[in-house]
Amino acid sequence: MLVINNLKASIEGKNILKGVNLEIKPGEIHAIMGPNGSGKSTLASVLAGRDLVKVTEGSVTYFGKNLLEMSAEDRAKEGIFLGFQYPIEIPGVSMVNFMKAAVNEQRKHKGLEPLSASDFLKMMREKKELVEIDSKLANRSVNEGFSGGEKKKNEIFQMAMLEPKLAILDETDSGLDIDALRVVANGVNKIKRPDNSFIVITHYQRLLDYIVPDVVHVLYDGRIVKTAGKELALELEEKGYDWIKKEVENNILA
Amino acid sequence: MSGNSEIKDRYLKLYKDNIERISGNSSPYINFFREAAFEKFKTLGVPSKKDEAYKYTNLDTFFEHDYKSYFMPAPSDFKKAEEFRCDVPDLDTHGIILLNGFYPTIYDKLRQLPSGVWIGSLNEAAIKFPDKIEKHYGKYAQSETDGLIHLNTSLASDGVFVYVPEGVTLTKPVQVVNLVQSEEDMFNQHRNLVIVEKNAEISLIVCDHTLSPQKFLTNAVTEVFVGENSHFDIIRVQNEHNNACKITHTFIHQEKESVTSSNNITLHGGLIRNSTYHYLGGEKAESYSYGLFLTDKWQHVDNYVNVDHAFPNCTSNQLFKGVLDDMSTGAFAGRILVRKDAQGTNAYQKNNNILLTDDARMFTKPQLEIYADDVKCSHGATIGQLDDDALFYLRSRGINKRDARLMLMFGFAHELIKNIKIEPLRDRMDNLVMQRLKGELSRCASCLVKCDNLQNK
Ligand SMILES: Nc1ncnc2c1ncn2[C@@H]1O[C@H](COP(=O)(O)OP(=O)(O)OP(=O)(O)O)[C@@H](O)[C@H]1O
Ligand SMILES: [Mg+2]
Repeated sequence: MLVINNLKASIEGKNILKGVNLEIKPGEIHAIMGPNGSGKSTLASVLAGRDLVKVTEGSVTYFGKNLLEMSAEDRAKEGIFLGFQYPIEIPGVSMVNFMKAAVNEQRKHKGLEPLSASDFLKMMREKKELVEIDSKLANRSVNEGFSGGEKKKNEIFQMAMLEPKLAILDETDSGLDIDALRVVANGVNKIKRPDNSFIVITHYQRLLDYIVPDVVHVLYDGRIVKTAGKELALELEEKGYDWIKKEVENNILA
Repeated sequence: MSGNSEIKDRYLKLYKDNIERISGNSSPYINFFREAAFEKFKTLGVPSKKDEAYKYTNLDTFFEHDYKSYFMPAPSDFKKAEEFRCDVPDLDTHGIILLNGFYPTIYDKLRQLPSGVWIGSLNEAAIKFPDKIEKHYGKYAQSETDGLIHLNTSLASDGVFVYVPEGVTLTKPVQVVNLVQSEEDMFNQHRNLVIVEKNAEISLIVCDHTLSPQKFLTNAVTEVFVGENSHFDIIRVQNEHNNACKITHTFIHQEKESVTSSNNITLHGGLIRNSTYHYLGGEKAESYSYGLFLTDKWQHVDNYVNVDHAFPNCTSNQLFKGVLDDMSTGAFAGRILVRKDAQGTNAYQKNNNILLTDDARMFTKPQLEIYADDVKCSHGATIGQLDDDALFYLRSRGINKRDARLMLMFGFAHELIKNIKIEPLRDRMDNLVMQRLKGELSRCASCLVKCDNLQNK
């Protein structure tokens, strides 16, 4: 569904992604790990359509279409979802109005009528239960005054509402207590279908006990430098990134 | 400054031409202030950019203009207004209509509600309740710097009078609809007096409208006395056309343990200046001063707030916001004065503004004068664009750019609307703000008033 080819991107003139290659097929779960500042969130931003990040080379195709030509909102309507590493607080905009607008935009895109108020509230209720989010959170302004963990759970709730084809979860596990981690992981597993895919960006192999990836990639200095099965996550947890950095340096020298 | 002296001459003539007629229709106590006030006006003149409190607001174009009339109503004006019926969905209020600053009713100029509250014409009240007028009129609207307050005192002769006796809670709000309508360009003034005795409670909704497209200049003064342990809320909704100038001066005098709020919502207007003075004149009083304006084209909105902490352990909170489009401009100045004895003061001020274009401009200025030591005080101002991160967040959920921008602006404005306690009014304001942001609210769009009712007659 997604093919990334030699993707290079910069922010404010600084090269961050330096040639990323990645292919994701329907139903796959890919984990991306890598040291701080290596470009994981930048990659997520490029996929979601943030124009702050400038693509300088390469291509991204999504279901055969040129993803890079699509606006952020069109990507969302076509089924891409980004769970933000740092969800934004938006005072004065209620979660209900926000989600209603988002869900109905998506329905419009599919040629469906907007949901009635009661159907929409019913859907909210069901999804809240599905992802075990405190029902009071949904009555507040978007992320306003939410704790770190609540913000992350709210991302999963939004994902459940929008039922994306490709969900990119950027460190949705960081800052979560053990129970919340299970809630988030269960949420993902409940939404998982044979035809939708996930990119899970994380620093901890712990999450991958719950969300079992098909592939684990290491992004280092703007490139994917290693790809292996889920055992790679365990190895990284044990040994850190130094050995990978060494491998990369040796490769460059060689 | 020949310009300003020309203006002064113009108003000198206005005074001479009208004072007899005006005095003839007013009570002696109100007349008693006129001459001295006019002398003060002559000294101070019309505020110019040289005055600190009017630094960013140029009133000259409106004051230089030769208005064909200074409004004094004729019986036919009263008749027309008597036919007017305000038709507000779901909003149940005690209504008062002011036409060009006058209480346009021939009979029943002052009415008593079942709760014992009196509402009606100030001019009439001055005859019926001289003791109440003498106790409060002219006591709070004082200024050594603003000539316009004195211009009002020297010539205004009518306006709204509200009297809430001790211990009375009025559950329905009182709604004042200020209509400005004339066949020719017009200068008008009115004067309101609200007296809330001890342990009482009332809210006042004031809607400012223009009903005809002429050039208008309105200079209005409102005095409010809020007795011990009483609650008073005033919500002012301004929806006027681009060729109208509205200047309001509101003085709220609070006794101990009283709680008041003022919320100025400016949806539309040519040049608007709202000055709100809060005097915390007793221990443990609280005042909340809010304001929101949405401007475009060449509009200019200026909010001035003056909070005077004269007693210990009072709390004040100011929150003002503006959304400025096109080449519109705005100003905010918030003064907090904490007097020497006002220990235990909490005083907060926030002013946040969004500029939607490169040409829109906002001027903001805090002015803190703190003479007590035990004071918690904070202030902050921002002038910026819509938050890019927030915009992307909304778009990343499939909401298109235009709607996402609207949502952010609405959310920004809603932070003020949500302070309105009267639910139908709050919903209505949310609605109007949304329409305004979408560019759907024209100057004649029926706000709280169905203007058509009047125009069709
Ligand atoms: N808005 C920005 N302006 C300037 N530099 C930026 C901006 N956003 C990211 N960067 C830089 O791009 C690089 C990659 O950042 P990115 O957020 O993609 O890293 P990451 O892999 O997600 O790190 P982490 O694990 O800490 O989340 C960093 O050096 C960062 O400082
Ligand atoms: Mg990151």
